[in-house]
Amino acid sequence: MTIEWQWLSTHTDDLWALSLDHLSTAIPAVLLGLLIALPLAVVAHRIRPLRGVLLGLSNIMFTVPSLALFVILLPITGLTRTTAITGLTIYTLVVLLRNTVEGLDSVPAKVREASLAMGRGRVGTLLKVELPLALPVIMAGVRVASVMTISLVSVASYIGYGGIGQLFTDGFQRNFPTPVIAGVVLTLLLALAADALLVLVQWLCTPWIRKGARA
Amino acid sequence: MIDLLSQLAAWLTSSGQWAGPEGIAQRLLEHVQYSFLSTIVAALIALPIGLFIGHTGRGAFFAINISGFGRALPTVGVVTLVFLASGLSMTPVYVSLIALAIPVIVTNTYAGMIAIEADTKDAARGMGMTGLQSLWRVEIPLAAPLIMTGLRLAAVQVISTATIAAYVSFGGLGRYIFDGLAQRDLTQVLGGAVLVAGLAVTVDLILAGVNRVLFRHRLT
Repeated sequence: MTIEWQWLSTHTDDLWALSLDHLSTAIPAVLLGLLIALPLAVVAHRIRPLRGVLLGLSNIMFTVPSLALFVILLPITGLTRTTAITGLTIYTLVVLLRNTVEGLDSVPAKVREASLAMGRGRVGTLLKVELPLALPVIMAGVRVASVMTISLVSVASYIGYGGIGQLFTDGFQRNFPTPVIAGVVLTLLLALAADALLVLVQWLCTPWIRKGARA
Repeated sequence: MIDLLSQLAAWLTSSGQWAGPEGIAQRLLEHVQYSFLSTIVAALIALPIGLFIGHTGRGAFFAINISGFGRALPTVGVVTLVFLASGLSMTPVYVSLIALAIPVIVTNTYAGMIAIEADTKDAARGMGMTGLQSLWRVEIPLAAPLIMTGLRLAAVQVISTATIAAYVSFGGLGRYIFDGLAQRDLTQVLGGAVLVAGLAVTVDLILAGVNRVLFRHRLT
């Protein structure tokens, strides 16, 4: 199996466009997942009996094969990017929900009580004390979810929004390995870049951890 | 929606659907066969690696980061690539499923090994155990619950991904998803998805149960 470098050099524009297309499915999926997971996790954290139900439900959804999930969503959202994003969002929940609940669990009860005793309300305590302290664990979840989503987008090429996944279908149909290799490498690079970026975001968002480390 | 669900129920419960060489029973068997073999082979490769890294402490970076690499690796791409390289056989299916399972098992095995307190390992050495004896009689038993968790996670992921066997024209429950897609038969796709999810959840529960029975005595 040989790589035709020629093909790569004549298709850089396509590869770039597909990568952007890939990200425009992956990024909204993770953001939407976070938007859904945060309030659900707060509920699961506060109301014990709901925790098992929510985590169990997201675990079950995770076992549904991705291709089937996209197809099942088709009658509801049609052949649109929304279908791809919705399906991927459902998969992110398993990681985001679990990590956010664990992150909130990791905040010592004394810290929470101190904040309440100082007169910060429940909402204020949640937003200004609990969530920031839970951030490292939540961000670990966001990193895992992002990498996973970037790798999964390819499956959505069956409904026309697979981004880089198009290279796999293309190579498969033409019996031509070069685009497939390019697609695998590109997916890995995007995942690596996203992960590095999120590490940076976390570093910027948690100055108190950096100060703690230096002291 | 209600209509679809009743069609699904009819599809899943019709006896004709279950029997025969293309029936659900046979597809289920194939699916279990692909998944079981892949998970076992992956474990045979991944366990020694995870144990070695955990025991010696060499290659920790690899053990931690390989799970990220595994998550990032697009299974459709891998299966296509191996298919183009090796032609029509089960090889692409097994290679991609094994590649999916190895990182999970390595990382969890390693996590189980480094969670063991240094004092415990020192005590084993102090009692005159050799490195291998300590590994076999102290470290592996202590790491066993996390190793089992890794195997469980790997098995579930392999089961829900084994549908790709149908992508390269083989059997398993993925058949219903790909055939249903080609025939625009949503009931069949949904049926396939429900069966795969059902199988994955069942295996997950069974392995969780095994875990609980095996390690009951050390629940803290």
